Amino acid sequence: MAREADIVDEIRAEYVKDVLKNGQRVDGRELLAYRPFSVQKGVFPNAEGSALAKLGDTQVAAGIKFDILEPFADRPTEGVFTVQCEFLPLAHPTFEAGPPNENSIELARIVDRGIRSGECVDVEKFFIEEGKVLGLFVDLYVLDHCGNLSDCASLAAMAALTDAKIPKVEEAKIVRQEYSGALPLQRLVLSSTFEKINGTVLLDADGDEDAASEGRLVLAVSDDGFLCASQKSKRAAFHAEEILALFDLAKDKTAPLFRAIKA
Amino acid sequence: MEKEKKLIVDGKRADGRGMEDLRPLSIKAGVLKRADGSALIEWGRNKVLAAAYGPREVFPKHLSNVHKAIINCRYAMAPFSSIEEHGRSGPNRRAIEIGKVAKHVFENIVLTKQFPKTQIDISMEVLQSDGGTRVAGITAASVALADAGIPMKDLVQGVSLGRVEGQLVADLDKYEDNQGEADVPLIVSLRSREILLFQQDGMLTKEELARMFEMGFKGAEAVRAVQVQALKDRYYGPHELNEDG
Repeated sequence: MAREADIVDEIRAEYVKDVLKNGQRVDGRELLAYRPFSVQKGVFPNAEGSALAKLGDTQVAAGIKFDILEPFADRPTEGVFTVQCEFLPLAHPTFEAGPPNENSIELARIVDRGIRSGECVDVEKFFIEEGKVLGLFVDLYVLDHCGNLSDCASLAAMAALTDAKIPKVEEAKIVRQEYSGALPLQRLVLSSTFEKINGTVLLDADGDEDAASEGRLVLAVSDDGFLCASQKSKRAAFHAEEILALFDLAKDKTAPLFRAIKA
Repeated sequence: MEKEKKLIVDGKRADGRGMEDLRPLSIKAGVLKRADGSALIEWGRNKVLAAAYGPREVFPKHLSNVHKAIINCRYAMAPFSSIEEHGRSGPNRRAIEIGKVAKHVFENIVLTKQFPKTQIDISMEVLQSDGGTRVAGITAASVALADAGIPMKDLVQGVSLGRVEGQLVADLDKYEDNQGEADVPLIVSLRSREILLFQQDGMLTKEELARMFEMGFKGAEAVRAVQVQALKDRYYGPHELNEDG
């Protein structure tokens, strides 16, 4: 037996598909338009950086903490950078408490890959002394899932990084709430997520569109125009030409998001 | 690691390959007795065993779909599979992500609507790894599904693409993968010219990505020939057919 929430999703997904047959979206948006968005930085001052991102009704919070860690054996002078993601049970009727599932792992890894590939954070500056480096943890908290978690999460993560301060380190220990300066970022990276429904491609799915989607393409681009991470997800396929055209679109569509973060 | 070692000298890669050359590749279908379908792929130093079970009854039952078969996909690396330290057994976060995107490939390609209320289970076990294991695993799993007689739209396959020392290359080995500047695993359907799996990291321009897609489709053709031969060998015995089958 499918759950009640799944059945309601299925019915609403059918409605999304019906409306889309005329090239329209249920909320009246253009196919390639974002919903209204906002980013608020510094919302959790106990963290070393934080942000709350809203994309339509979707909300993702990001918090950054630094800890002192042992470096990886093959990179003894580099700090450690990790993105984790929690789908909180309060965010969607089908989300359950427990260890990360394949969806939250996939989301965390996409955001991680974009930031890592874009070399946004210079982990070579995180060396403290032999056997000790700073580790930077980005924790993404999905608070309200109304579609397009990937773009909202990447927005939250990047905003929190621009808000982050490097903690003061004395005698190889972190002095909490004291800082040695802002976290320098070499470039910014954000994603644009496209969904394919009955062959039609649209940007920034809301909750019902997310449920109706058959194919997903997440493209993380840098503010200087490189493609830093990609992931095709769900079952529908894409053509090479389609992906290349969407790469151009992702650069256009993320421009206002980059501006909001830099503001 | 010896980061200074040049990986590309005079247009040749460390193992003598050209930029688009694939490593030696062989596939044997029907290598497991119990599984409904199976295949062992040896690709460079990679060895990946794939198996398919099903369509069979869904367990647990509440997961069943009245419209189609559900597909489960497992990708895991054996603790002894890498040249580095002993790994942990079972899928880690990376492996769970790979299992998920591999599942999407087969959700697309298997005619799931023919088998409502059933499940098809696919396993990819990496026994020895040397770069490009997800592409090798899915290529083998595709043969395992065919060996199990599960109807599909196409036999799918792919190669990994990357950029090493500024040059675009196909089928990266582990060393090239580790030292490389970008990594693009690709699985395609040659029949529909569609891309079924596409992941990417590293910083790429549009021109580079376009070239990688071309190289990927070209590489897939060579891989497909090996898959087809593996299935012919399985059912007709080796060397009994001419090239046209």
